[in-house]
Amino acid sequence: MQDDKTPMIAIRDVVKKFGSFTALHGITADIREGEFFSLLGPSGCGKTTLLRTIAGFEPTTSGTIAIDGKNMADIPANDRPTNMVFQSYAIFPHLNVEENVGYGLKTRKMPKKDIAREVAEVLSLVDMEGYGKRKAHELSGGQRQRVALARALVMKPKVILLDEPLSALDKKLRDQMQVELRSLQRSIGITFILVTHDQEEALIMSDRIAVMFEGQIEQLDTPEGLYRRPVNKRVASFIGVMNFLSAKVTEQTDTHLTLDMDALGKIDLPRDRLGEDITPESIGTVGVRPEMLTVLFDQSDWSQNKVEGEVVDTEYYGDMTYYKVRLPGRDAPLSISMRNTAGRSVVPPGSPVTVGWGAESIVVFGD
Amino acid sequence: MAWRFDREAGQGLKLISPTFGYVLVMLAAPLLMVITFSFWTQDYLTIDTTLTLDNYREAWTQPLYQVLMWRSLKISLIVTVVTVLLAFPIAYYLSFHVKKRKALWLFLITVPFWTSYLLRVFLWKVILGYNGVFNTTLMGLGFIEEPLTFILYNLNAVVITLAHAWAPFAILPIFVALEKIDRSLLEAATDLGDSPMRRFFRITLPLAMPGIVASTLIVLIPTVGDFITPRLVGGTDGLMISNMIQIQFGKANNAPLGAALAVSAMVVIGLISAGIFFAGKKLGGRVR
Ligand SMILES: Nc1ncnc2c1ncn2[C@@H]1O[C@H](COP(=O)(O)OP(=O)(O)O)[C@@H](O)[C@H]1O
Ligand SMILES: [Mg+2]
Repeated sequence: MQDDKTPMIAIRDVVKKFGSFTALHGITADIREGEFFSLLGPSGCGKTTLLRTIAGFEPTTSGTIAIDGKNMADIPANDRPTNMVFQSYAIFPHLNVEENVGYGLKTRKMPKKDIAREVAEVLSLVDMEGYGKRKAHELSGGQRQRVALARALVMKPKVILLDEPLSALDKKLRDQMQVELRSLQRSIGITFILVTHDQEEALIMSDRIAVMFEGQIEQLDTPEGLYRRPVNKRVASFIGVMNFLSAKVTEQTDTHLTLDMDALGKIDLPRDRLGEDITPESIGTVGVRPEMLTVLFDQSDWSQNKVEGEVVDTEYYGDMTYYKVRLPGRDAPLSISMRNTAGRSVVPPGSPVTVGWGAESIVVFGD
Repeated sequence: MAWRFDREAGQGLKLISPTFGYVLVMLAAPLLMVITFSFWTQDYLTIDTTLTLDNYREAWTQPLYQVLMWRSLKISLIVTVVTVLLAFPIAYYLSFHVKKRKALWLFLITVPFWTSYLLRVFLWKVILGYNGVFNTTLMGLGFIEEPLTFILYNLNAVVITLAHAWAPFAILPIFVALEKIDRSLLEAATDLGDSPMRRFFRITLPLAMPGIVASTLIVLIPTVGDFITPRLVGGTDGLMISNMIQIQFGKANNAPLGAALAVSAMVVIGLISAGIFFAGKKLGGRVR
C-alpha cells in the first residue's frame, strides 16, 4: 500500500510525439488516491493522448508514469491497474450486457458463480438491474454509458479513466449523470481521471483540474482556485466568462501597487495579490468576472468603487440577467451578471447605470 | 436493430430490383427447366415427358455418381478451407497492418483477374507440369532426382489451381468484415486484461465471422460446380461431378439424368451452405 506521500499516479516530464508532431510537451502532475481528477482543455490539446499513455495504449516518447509507486514503462495495457471508459463506450456488440460486464473477470479466470454475483452487484450499482440479457444495440446512449462504466468498475482497478464519457448524451441526461458519477466516485473511493472539454462539467465534478493547452498543463488547481485565480488570460477565458481590461502599474510601495485600469480607473492592490510569475513591470491586463460587477439600481447603493456607464444589451434568463454595459473611454462593453431578486426590475438597453466593483475581485495578469 | 436491418434490406432490394428481374429471366427460368427435365426421360433424341423419379434413383444409387459427388465435395471443401485459411492472414494484414495505400494493395490483389481464367489454368499447367517450372527448378537446385508427378493431373493440382483462382474472392469479404471492427473494441478487450491472442479469439474472430462465412460460401459453391479446372489439370483422379453432368448433357445424350445430377448436387451444396451459414451465425455471430 502507498503512504500518504506517494501519489496514485505520478506523471513526470511525459513527452509524446507522433512523427514530427509533438502532442504532449513534458507533462508533470501528481494525481492523489481517491481523487476525482479532470483533464480539461480545448479539442486537440492532448487530453486523450495523455489518458491513453496512462492506460498504456500509447508508449511515451520520454518521461515516466508511475501508478501506485510502480513505474509503468514496461507494463503493457492489459496488465495495468487501470480501466477505461471509452468515448464510444466500446460495448462488445456480439455479447450481452452481462457478458460485457463480466468480460474482464472471465479473463482473470474467476469462477462463473462469482462472476455472476459481481456482475449483478455492479449492475445494480449503476442502476441497470434487469438489463443483463440485452445487447448493445438494444440500449440507449445513457444505458451504454452505464454498461461501459460498470465494465470498468467491476474490475476494481486502482484508477478509472474516462474519455469524455458524457459528451454523447443530451444536456438533461448529461447534467444528471454528472451528479451521479460524482457521487458514485465518492462512495466507492476509486481514483477517477476524467477527460472533458466542457469547463462547467469539470468544475462541477472534479476535486482538481489540470487545464491543458497545446500539449501542456497550463494550470493545475481546484475548481475554485481555477475560477478565482486563473494564472493567465488563456485559462481565465477558458473557464467561465472574464472581462479583460488593459492596466498599468503607476506607483509602487513595499507592500502595495497602484494600478491604472482602462475605464475603471485607479486602485491600490497589495503585492501578495500577484501570482508567482508576475512582476509589476509585466502587468498589462486585469480581469473581472461578470458576477463581481454590480449594476447599482439606486445612486445611493453602497459600493467600494463606482463608475458610470450605459446599458447596451440585456439578456433575461429568469433567475439571472446578463447586461452589457459600455463605459466611457472603452469600446468593448463589460459583461455583468445579476441575480434577479424581489423588487429589482430589469434595466432596459439605453439606460444610464452605475456599475459598482470591489478591488478584491480584480485578477491581475502578466503579459 | 431489427427495424433498421429491414429498412436497409428494403432499400437494398429497391436498388437491385432491375438486376433482380434480369436474374429472374436469365437464372430462374433455366433453373426451372433443369428441374423439369430431371423428372423426364430421354431415349437418344426423343424426350418422354411422363414424370418419373428414375433419374434420381440412378443418380443416388450408381456408385460412379456417388464417387464423383463425394470427390467433388471433398475437393471443394479442401479448396475452401485452404483458400479461406490463406485469405484470412492476408486480409488481416491488410486491415490491421497496412497503414498507407490500402487501396493500392487491394488493387494488386485483383490483378490476377486481368487475365482470363483459362489462361491462368494453363499457366498452372506450365508451372506444375512434368517438365514444368516447378519441377525443373527443383531438379536444377538438386532437391529432387526426377520430376514430381503428384502435382499435376490429379486432385492436388485441382486444389492448387482453384485455391489460387478464388483467393481474391475470399480475401475481400474477410477484409471488409475486419475493416468494420471498431478498433476501440480491441482496445477495450486489452484494457480488460486480454492478451493479444485471447483478444483475437474473443473479439476479432467472432466479429469477422460474417466475412469468413461469406468467403467460405463464395468459394465453396462455385468450386463444386466447376468443370473446366478438373478437365484441364485434374486427370482422371481429379474429375468432378460437373464433368459427369456435362457428359450426360453432351455425349451421353441423357439430359434428364444430367439434370437430376445437377439438381442433386445443388440440393447437397445448398444444405451444406445453410449449415455453414448457421454455424457461422452461432459461432461469431451473435452479432446483430
Ligand atoms: N495516433 C495519432 N497520430 C497522429 N496524431 C495524433 C494521434 N493521436 C492524436 N494525434 C494528434 O495529437 C493531438 C492531440 O490529440 P488528442 O489527445 O486526441 O486531443 P484531445 O483529446 O485533447 O482532443 C491532435 O492534434 C491529434 O491530431
Ligand atoms: Mg479527446
